[in-house]
Amino acid sequence: MILRVLKNDLGGKIFLLVLMTVLIAVPLLNQLPSESPFHISIYTVTLLGKYLTYALLAVAVDLVWGYLGILSLGHAAFFALGGYAMGMYLMRQIGDRGVYGNPELPDFMVFLNWQELPWFWQGFDNFGFAMLMVMVVPGLLAFVFGWFAFRSRVTGVYLSIITQALTYALMLAFFRNEMGFGGNNGLTDFKDILGFSLQADSTRLGLFVISGVVLALGYLSCRALVKSRLGKVAVAIRDAEDRTRFIGYKVEHVKLAIFTFSAVLAGIAGALYVPQVGIINPGEFQPLNSIEVVVWVAMGGRATLYGAVIGAVGVNYAKTWFTAAFPEIWLFALGGLFVLVTLLMPKGIAGLFSRKKGGES
Amino acid sequence: MSDLLQKDRVYDFLVPKVVDDLDLSHGTVLYMEGVSVSFDGFKAINDLNFYVDSGELRCVIGPNGAGKTTMMDIITGKTRPDQGAVWFGRRMNLLRMSEPEIAQAGIGRKFQKPTVFEYHTVFENLEMSMAGPKGVWPTLVARLNTEQHDRIEQVAETIGLTEHMNRSAGLLSHGQKQWLEIGMLLMQNPLMLLVDEPAAGMTHQEMDRTVELLTSLAGQHSVVVVEHDMDFVRALNSRVTVLHQGTVLAEGNMDQVQNDPRVIEVYLGE
Repeated sequence: MILRVLKNDLGGKIFLLVLMTVLIAVPLLNQLPSESPFHISIYTVTLLGKYLTYALLAVAVDLVWGYLGILSLGHAAFFALGGYAMGMYLMRQIGDRGVYGNPELPDFMVFLNWQELPWFWQGFDNFGFAMLMVMVVPGLLAFVFGWFAFRSRVTGVYLSIITQALTYALMLAFFRNEMGFGGNNGLTDFKDILGFSLQADSTRLGLFVISGVVLALGYLSCRALVKSRLGKVAVAIRDAEDRTRFIGYKVEHVKLAIFTFSAVLAGIAGALYVPQVGIINPGEFQPLNSIEVVVWVAMGGRATLYGAVIGAVGVNYAKTWFTAAFPEIWLFALGGLFVLVTLLMPKGIAGLFSRKKGGES
Repeated sequence: MSDLLQKDRVYDFLVPKVVDDLDLSHGTVLYMEGVSVSFDGFKAINDLNFYVDSGELRCVIGPNGAGKTTMMDIITGKTRPDQGAVWFGRRMNLLRMSEPEIAQAGIGRKFQKPTVFEYHTVFENLEMSMAGPKGVWPTLVARLNTEQHDRIEQVAETIGLTEHMNRSAGLLSHGQKQWLEIGMLLMQNPLMLLVDEPAAGMTHQEMDRTVELLTSLAGQHSVVVVEHDMDFVRALNSRVTVLHQGTVLAEGNMDQVQNDPRVIEVYLGE
C-alpha cells in the first residue's frame, strides 16, 4: 500500500527514509553523555520537533497551493486553531496547580473574575474530545469559508486576500479578553499531557517522535490523494478550471474537500506544536506567519510535497541560526533568500533533484 | 398529432445517457426557440430558432459578432438567455441546469482555443474526461478497470494519438491538441458535440484529418461545428446554418447557402 503510494516518488522515498533515520537517531543521540560531541540536547530535540510540525503545515499548504492552485495566505489560522484546541486541553489539565489554585477555572478566567467555565470550554478536559476538536474546528471553518468563497467563484489573488483577512480577523478576535481564550497572553503555563509532565525529557522526546510519525502519515495521505484521480483533477483545476467544469466535475466540491482536508492537517500540526513550545497566543494568527509558510513552500519547491518539508525545515533552521548569530539581519536574509530562489530556482530546492523530468507527476 | 409523435420519440433520449444504447430514430436533439440575450443593451442573440437532429453534422457560420460563440455559451449553460427556451431532447431544460450537469447529460464542448490539461499525459487527459460518477468521493477512490482502459485506447486510436499516450499534452502540436480535446469529449459519451473553430491554426494535412474525424463522428453523435474557414466547411459537406446579428439568416447545404442573396450581402463574395 505504502509502496504503491510512493511509486515514482523518489524524493518522497528519500524524505521518508531520512525522517525515519532522524526519528530513531535523535532519541539515541540524546541518551549520550552530554560531553560527547554527538550529544543532542533536549533543547535541540524540541526545536526539531517544532520544525516537524511546521513541515506538516507546509505540506498542507503545498497540497492546496501546489496541486489545487489556491494560494492560501491564511493557513496559519487553521494551525493556530488546532493549537488553541490543544491549548485548551492542556489548560484544563493544570487543575488546581495554577497560581490561583482554582480547580475548575484557568488562571486568566479567575483574573477576569469569571464565575464559571464558558460553554465552549466544556469537554476540553477530555483528551479524545479535545483531539476531535483539533480537527473539527479548523475543518469546519475551512468548510464554511470555502463554501462561500468557492461557490462565488472567488479565485486567484482575490481569494488570497480574503484568506489573509480571515486570519487577521481571527487575530483581532482572539486578542480580546472577552473571547475567553486568554486575550493577548494566550494560553500557557501548561503542566502535563495525559499525565506526562511536559517538562520531562521523555515527554519531549515522545512529542518529537509523534510529530515525526504524524508528518510521515500526513505526507503519505497527501501523496495518496495527489496520486488518485481526484489529485489529477485537482491539478486540472489548477491549470484549466473552466475546462474541468465542462468535462463534468463540480470544481467547487473538489476545492472544498481538499481545502478542508488541508485545514485539518494544519490543525493537527498546530496541536503538536503547542505542547512543544509551551504557549499559544493570538500572535500565531498574524498574517505574516501565513505568508512565511508560503515562502517555505516556494523555496522548497511547489507541487512536490517533500519540497515543502525541505523548505520548512531549511528556512526555520536558517532562521534559528540567523536570529542567534545576526538577529538584526534575519529578515533581510529571508527576503534575500526568497529573491534568490525565485530568480535562480523557480522550482525551488526540490527542482534541483527532478530537473530532467521537468516536474514530476 | 405530430406533437404527440415527437413526445413519443423524446423518451428515447431520457433513458440512455450512454450513446451506445441510443436508438438513432431521427428525433431532434436540441431545440432553441425564441432565444434572446443582450449584453449591456447589445443584442448578441435575437429571437434565435435553432434545431439539431440526432446524429446530424451541422456547420454554423457567420461573420464576427454574429453570436456563434454566445449560442454555444447558452447551450452549455455558461450564459443564461433573457428569453426563450432551450431543451435537450424534450425533457431536459438546459436553462435549469448547471455547466457540469449539462456536460454530464451529454453535451460536450470544444473551445476555440484548445484547452487540454497540459501537465497531464494524453492518457490522463482521456481518463479524467471519462463518463461516470464525478463526485469527490468516487473520484478519489476511482480505479481503472480493463473495460475502461480499452475505451481509452479506442478513443486514442480514433483521434490518432495512440503513439503519444504517455506524453504530456503540453508537448503535442496544435492540431494534436485539438484532436485530444475532441477525444476528451468522446470519452464523455456525449449525445451532442459542440466544436468551436476546430480548424483554426491547422495545417492542410491536419485539416483533412479533422474533416475525416468529424465526419466519422456524425451518425453516432450530433456534431455542431462553428467555423470560419469556408474550405473546411465545404469539405465537411453538411447542412449549414448562417447566423447574422444573432438570428438565423439562412439554412441549407453549402451551395444553397452560398447562392442565397442575403448571405452574399452579408459576406460579400464568399
